[in-house]
Amino acid sequence: MRGIQTTIRSLFAAGALAAGLSMAAPAMAQDDTIKVGILHSLSGTMAISETTLKDTMLFLIDEQNKKGGLLGKKLEAVVVDPASDWPLFAEKARELIEKDKVAAVFGCWTSVSRKSVLPVFEELNNLLFYPVQYEGEESQRNVFYTGAAPNQQAIPAVDYLMSEEGGSVKRWVLAGTDYVYPQTTNKILQAYLESKGVAKEDIMVNYTPFGHSDWQTIVTDIKNFGSAGKKTAVVSTVNGDANVPFYKELANQGIKAEDIPVVAFSVGEEELAGLDTAPLVGHLTAWNYFQSVDVPENEAFIAAWKEYTKNPKRVTNDPMEAHVIGFNMWVKAVEKAGTTDPDAVIDAIIGVSVPNLSGGYSTMMPNHHITKPVLIGEIQTDGQMETVWQTSGLVVGDEWSDYLPDSKDLISDWRAPMSCGNFNVATGKCGGKGVN
Amino acid sequence: MISGKFFVAGADRRIAITILILVAVAILVPVLNIAFPPDSALHVPSYMVALIGKYLCYALLALSLDLVWGYCGILSLGHGAFFALGGYAMGMYLMRQIGDRGVYGNPILPDFMVFLNWKELPWFWYGFDQFWFAALMVMLVPGLLAFCFGWLAFRSRVTGVYLSIITQAMTYALLLAFFRNDMGFGGNNGLTDFKDILGFNVQANTTRSALFAASALALALGVFVTWRIIGSKYGKLLMAVRDAESRTRFLGWRAENVKLFAFTVSAVMAGIAGALYVPQVGIINPGEFDPANSIEVVVWTAVGGRATIVGPIIGALLVNAGKSWFTGVLPEFWLFALGGLFVFVTLFLPKGVVGMYDQWKAGRGHRLKAAATGDAPPLAPVSPAVESARAEKGWQVPSGGPEPAAAE
Amino acid sequence: MRRNAAFTFALAILSLLAILVSPASADEATLRPVVAKFATVKNFSQTEAVVRELAATGDPAVGKPLTALSEGDLYFRKSDAAVFIGKESGQTVKLADPLTAVDAGEAAKAEVTKVKVNNSLRRVIRDVLGTLTLGAADPAARLAAAQTMFKAPDANSIEALDVAILDEHIASVKLQLEQARASAVLVSDLPASEKLAAITVLEARGGRDALSLLTAVQARADGAVKDAATAAIDRINSSLALWGAAQNVWYGISLGSVLLLAAIGLAITFGVMGVINMAHGEMVMLGAYTTYVVQEVIRTSAPGLFDWSLAIALPLAFLVAAAVGFAIERGIIRFLYGRPLETLLATWGVSLILQQAVRTIFGPTNREVGNPSWMSGAFELGQLSITWNRLWILVFALAVFFALLFVMKRTPWGLQMRAVTASRRMAASMGIRTPWVDALTFALGSGIAGIAGVALSQIDNVSPNLGQGYIIDSFMVVVFGGVGNLWGTLVGALSLGILNKFLEPYAGAVLGKILVLVLIILFIQKRPRGLFALKGRAVEA
Repeated sequence: MRGIQTTIRSLFAAGALAAGLSMAAPAMAQDDTIKVGILHSLSGTMAISETTLKDTMLFLIDEQNKKGGLLGKKLEAVVVDPASDWPLFAEKARELIEKDKVAAVFGCWTSVSRKSVLPVFEELNNLLFYPVQYEGEESQRNVFYTGAAPNQQAIPAVDYLMSEEGGSVKRWVLAGTDYVYPQTTNKILQAYLESKGVAKEDIMVNYTPFGHSDWQTIVTDIKNFGSAGKKTAVVSTVNGDANVPFYKELANQGIKAEDIPVVAFSVGEEELAGLDTAPLVGHLTAWNYFQSVDVPENEAFIAAWKEYTKNPKRVTNDPMEAHVIGFNMWVKAVEKAGTTDPDAVIDAIIGVSVPNLSGGYSTMMPNHHITKPVLIGEIQTDGQMETVWQTSGLVVGDEWSDYLPDSKDLISDWRAPMSCGNFNVATGKCGGKGVN
Repeated sequence: MISGKFFVAGADRRIAITILILVAVAILVPVLNIAFPPDSALHVPSYMVALIGKYLCYALLALSLDLVWGYCGILSLGHGAFFALGGYAMGMYLMRQIGDRGVYGNPILPDFMVFLNWKELPWFWYGFDQFWFAALMVMLVPGLLAFCFGWLAFRSRVTGVYLSIITQAMTYALLLAFFRNDMGFGGNNGLTDFKDILGFNVQANTTRSALFAASALALALGVFVTWRIIGSKYGKLLMAVRDAESRTRFLGWRAENVKLFAFTVSAVMAGIAGALYVPQVGIINPGEFDPANSIEVVVWTAVGGRATIVGPIIGALLVNAGKSWFTGVLPEFWLFALGGLFVFVTLFLPKGVVGMYDQWKAGRGHRLKAAATGDAPPLAPVSPAVESARAEKGWQVPSGGPEPAAAE
Repeated sequence: MRRNAAFTFALAILSLLAILVSPASADEATLRPVVAKFATVKNFSQTEAVVRELAATGDPAVGKPLTALSEGDLYFRKSDAAVFIGKESGQTVKLADPLTAVDAGEAAKAEVTKVKVNNSLRRVIRDVLGTLTLGAADPAARLAAAQTMFKAPDANSIEALDVAILDEHIASVKLQLEQARASAVLVSDLPASEKLAAITVLEARGGRDALSLLTAVQARADGAVKDAATAAIDRINSSLALWGAAQNVWYGISLGSVLLLAAIGLAITFGVMGVINMAHGEMVMLGAYTTYVVQEVIRTSAPGLFDWSLAIALPLAFLVAAAVGFAIERGIIRFLYGRPLETLLATWGVSLILQQAVRTIFGPTNREVGNPSWMSGAFELGQLSITWNRLWILVFALAVFFALLFVMKRTPWGLQMRAVTASRRMAASMGIRTPWVDALTFALGSGIAGIAGVALSQIDNVSPNLGQGYIIDSFMVVVFGGVGNLWGTLVGALSLGILNKFLEPYAGAVLGKILVLVLIILFIQKRPRGLFALKGRAVEA
C-alpha cells in the first residue's frame, strides 16, 4: 500500500501545481485594465537582442498610461520569458491569450519564433506585432509586420552600392548565417543582381553557422574575391553574435570600407555597442531608422527613453522604432474601433498612419506590412550610423518578393472582399491558406 | 540480491497504480475538456490540455533516459537527438499532409523548399505521405542511429564520461547538420504550419485531446515496457552491468550486447515521445538537438529519482511545471532556479524526490524491512556529509576513474 | 641636409607639375576660399568637386583639411559658415583652423555641422593625398603614398614617380615606388616594351594586388603584352596556391591555439582531477568580463594605460576565476568526488547561475573590449597575411601551456597534484593535505580558464553566452588528446584546428565542423582513451 500512497501523493502534488497555474489566471483578470502581452526572450541566446524590446514596450505602455491609458482604461503589461526556446514561444503565446486574456501581443525576434506562434494566433484569433526585419514570404491575418521586408532593406542597399555614389560595385559577396532570413534574402538578391546584368561568377555566396567565431578563412576568401580588378562589396546577413568576430577579423586583415565596403542588415546600434568601431568607419548598414536621425521626434524619443531607463548610454535601434510604430498604430486602431476586439482592430488598423521616428509617417498597408523610408548609414567612430543616402519616398513592404519565381504572382490584401494573404493574380484564386 | 523479490513486489503496485492513473488521465482530461463548458468548474482549459500533453511527452523522454542511465549506467547526453529525430519523422509526415494548402499551393513541395527554389522533393522525403511509413520511421530512425552508435561505442568499451561526451558530440553534430538549409529539413525554422494528422485538424480541440490521450497511453505503455524489462532476467543483467561491468563480463556475459539492447529500446521510446510532441506543439526545429536540452532531460530524471520508474515521470512534470510558472512569473530568475535545482538535487537529493521519499520512510523505522527494500537504487546511500568526511580523511579511491560507481 | 634639399627639389618639381596641370598657385590665401566652400556643399558630388579643386592646387597644406574631412572631423559653424577641424568631446567640439591647426576655441555641438563624407569621397581623398605626400619627409608616409598609387594607378603620375624614384634612398620605399610606377605604366599609352618591363616588375612582386592589376591588363591589352600578362598571371597563381596552403596551416594553428587556450584549464580540472566541469566555459567568460571591467576603469580614469590593459587584466582575471573556482570546489564539487556524472550536473547548474548572474549584472548585450594598438592590424610574411592578435594569442597560448607544464612537472605543488591524482590514499598517508590540493588544483584550472578569457575577449564577443561556445569544443580537445596528458591537449588542439581549416574550403564552415565531430566520435571508438592515453591501472579504476 505504501507504494500506492507515494504515487498518488506525488502525482497529486504535480497536479496541484499544474492546477494552481490555471486557477491563478482568472482571479487576476480585471476589467478596468487592458492587458498587453510582451513575448520577448529574456534569457538564452536571443536575450541579447530581445531584452531591449521588452524594455521598449514597458516604456511605451508607461507613456500611454501617463497620457490617460486607452479607452479610459489603464494598460497593463504582461511579460513572459520564452527563453529563446521556440516551442516555448508557442506555449507562452497560448498562455498570454488564453490565460491572461491579453488584447494584443508584441513580440518575437527570430523567424522561427514567429513561425512557432503563428498557428496559435490564428487559432485563438489575437494580434501579434512583429518588429524585426525578416525574409518576407508571409502574410497572416493576425500578424502585423512592422519590421522591414527584403525590398525595404536589402534591395535599396544593393541599389545604392550599384550607383555611382555608392561606388559602382560590380562584384558581390553575399555572406550570411545559415538560416532562413539570409538564405531567402540572398536568393532574392541573386535574382535581383542577375536581372541587373551581374554575371554569375561575380557573385559569391557563403554561409556560416550561428555564432561562428573563426572568420580567418572567409575573410581571406573575401579579400581574394575582391582582388579581381572589379569593385567589390560584401552584403552581410550575418546574424547576432557572429558579427563581432567577423568585424574584428575584417579590421585586423585590413579590409577598409573604401576598398571593400560591407553592408549589413542585422547590425544596429545595439550590436555596435559591443565593438570598437574605429577600424570599421565607413562600413555600411541599411535600416529604416538610425538613432542619429536628426529630427525633433527622434530627439524627444531618445531623451524620454534615456530618462525612463535611467541610463544615458542606452542606444535606440530599428526594431525599437518598429515597436514604437506598431504600438502607436494599435493604440490608434483601438481608439478608432472603440474596442480591443481583434477582428475590429484588424479591420480598423489598415490605413492607420502614425509618425515614425525619422520625421515622416508610416502607414499600415492592406498586406499588414508598413511603409518605411530606407536609410543607408555609415558606421562612425562613436558606434552610431550616419545617413549617407535615403530613399526619396516611403517604400511599401512587399511580402511576396517579385524576384522569386514562385512568389512573384502572389499578393496579399486583408481588406473585406479579398481578405487573403496569398492571392494568386495569375490564377485569380486565393492560394489555399488564410481563407477565414 | 536477497531483497529482489520484495523489490519487485514493491515496485509492482507502484507501477500498476501509475499505469492506472495514466489511463484514467487519458480518458478523463479529454472528457473534462470537451464535455464540460468553459465556465464549468470541472472544465479543463484547452491550454492546459496542450501543456500537460507536452509534459507527458517529456515524461516519456525522461523515462527512456532512465532506462539507460538509471538501470544501465549509460549517461546519455544525446537523448534529445533521438527525441528530435522521432519528431522530425512525424513532422515530415505532417508537412506532406499539408499538400496544396501551403502558402504557394504546391501539392508536393513544402513551402520552405518552394521559396528556396527547390525543384523536386529530396529522396528522403519519399514515403512520408503515408502515416504507416512515418510511424515506422519514428521508431526506425532513432533506433537505427542508437544501434549503430551503440554498436561502435559499446564494442570498443567507451564508457562513463567518455560515452557521455561523445553522445553530446553526436547531438551537437546533428544540431549543426539540421541547421543547414541544404539538408532539406527546413534549416533553423524547422517544420511548422501543420494542418492535419490522419485527416483531423491538428488545431481542433478533439484532435488535441486525442493526441493528449495518445501521449498518456504511450507513457503508460512505456512504463509497462520498462517495468517488464527491469523485472526480467535481462533487467538483472542490465543492473549487473551498471554496478560492475567488468565482473559481469568476466562471468561470461556480453556486456556490450546488454547495453546495446537497452540503448536501442530507449532511443525508440524517445523517438515516439518526439513524434507525439510535435503535433501538440506545432513545430519541430533543430533547437531540439541542442546539447543543453539533453542535459535538461538528465536533470528531470535526477530530480525525480533515477532507477525508479515513477521518478523520471514526476521529475519531468515537476521541473516543466516549474519552468512554465517561473518563466511567466519571475522571468529573470528562471535560470537561477533551474541552476540552483541542479546543484541542490545532486548535493542533497542524490536519489531524487522518489528515492528521498523512500529513504525518509525507511528513516522513520516503521516497517523497516518493507521500506528498505523499496526500489531504492542499489548505490549505497551516501550523504554529502559522510562523503566529505571520507574525502577529509583521504579515504577515497582515486577519483580519476570514469566509472560512475568508482567510489563505492 | 641632403634630405631637405631633395625634398625641396621634389616639391619644386611637384609644384611645377601642378602648375603645368592647373594654373592654381599654392598659398594659404588662395586655399582659404576653396576650403570655405565646404560650408556650402549640398551633396557628396559637390564635396568631391571641392576636394578635387583643393588637390589641384598641389599644395601639401591641403593635407590637413582633407585628412580631417576623410576622418569626419571637418565642421563648419552654422552662424558664419567658417570651416574648422573639430574634435568632439562630450557635448562640445574643440575647433582648430583647417590649414594651420591653430586652436580656435570651442563650440557646442548644436552650433556646428559636420561636413558629411562617404566611402567614395574617402577613396578620392586617399588617392589625391597619395600623390601629394609622395615627397613627404617621413619615409612611412612616402611608403604609404607609393602603396596607394600602386593600387590606384594613374598614367599622369608617372613623371612624379620618376622624380621620386630618383630621389629615394631607402631601398624598400624605392621598390614600392618602382612597383607603383609599373602599375601606372600599364594603364598609360607608353610603348609595349615599357609595359613588358612593368609586367616583369609586377610579377616579381606577386600577390593578389599584382594579380588584380595584371588581370585588368590581360583583358585590355593584346599581342605580346597580353601574352606576357597571361604568363605572369599563371606563374603568380601557382605560387599563390602554395602560399594558400601555408596560409591554411597558419589559420589552422591559430584556430588550434584558440582551442588550446579554451581547453587547457579543462585539461587540469577534467584531465588531471577527473571533474567534469561544465562551468568551465563560464570561467572563460568571467575572465573576459574582467578584461572588460579593467578596460572600462582605464578608459575613465587612465586612458594612457590602455595598451597595458591586457597585462593588468591577466592577473586579475586569473584571481577572479580562480576564486570562483575555489568556491565551487569547496562548496559543491568536494562532496561529489568519485561521482563524475553528478559533478557534470552540478557544474552545469553552476554554469547556468553564473551566466544569468553576469546577464543580470552587466546586461545581456555584448560588451566592448578594445584591441590595444599592438594587437591590431596585420603584417605580411611573403604572401602570408598574419594578424597580430592571432599571433599574440598563439604566443600566449604556448606560454600558458609551458608555464603550466613547468608547474606540474617541476614544482612541489605540481608533484603533490600528481601524487593525489595517482593515489589519493598514499598521498594522504605521506602527509599531503589532499582536500587542500584538490581545491588549489581546481582553482588553478579555473584561473587558467580565466586568463584564456582575457585572450578570447580580443577575438570574440564578450557576452554571457561566450563560454557556451567553447565548452563542447574544449571537451572534444581534451578527450581527443587524451585525458590526463597536457601534451595530448596541445597536439589535440593543434591537429583539430588544422583539420578544421583544411576541411573548411572544401566542405564549408558548417559541414567542416560536423565532419570534425564525426571524426572525433569515430576516433574515440578506435582509441577510447584519446591520442595519448595514460597507461597504467589508475585509468581503469
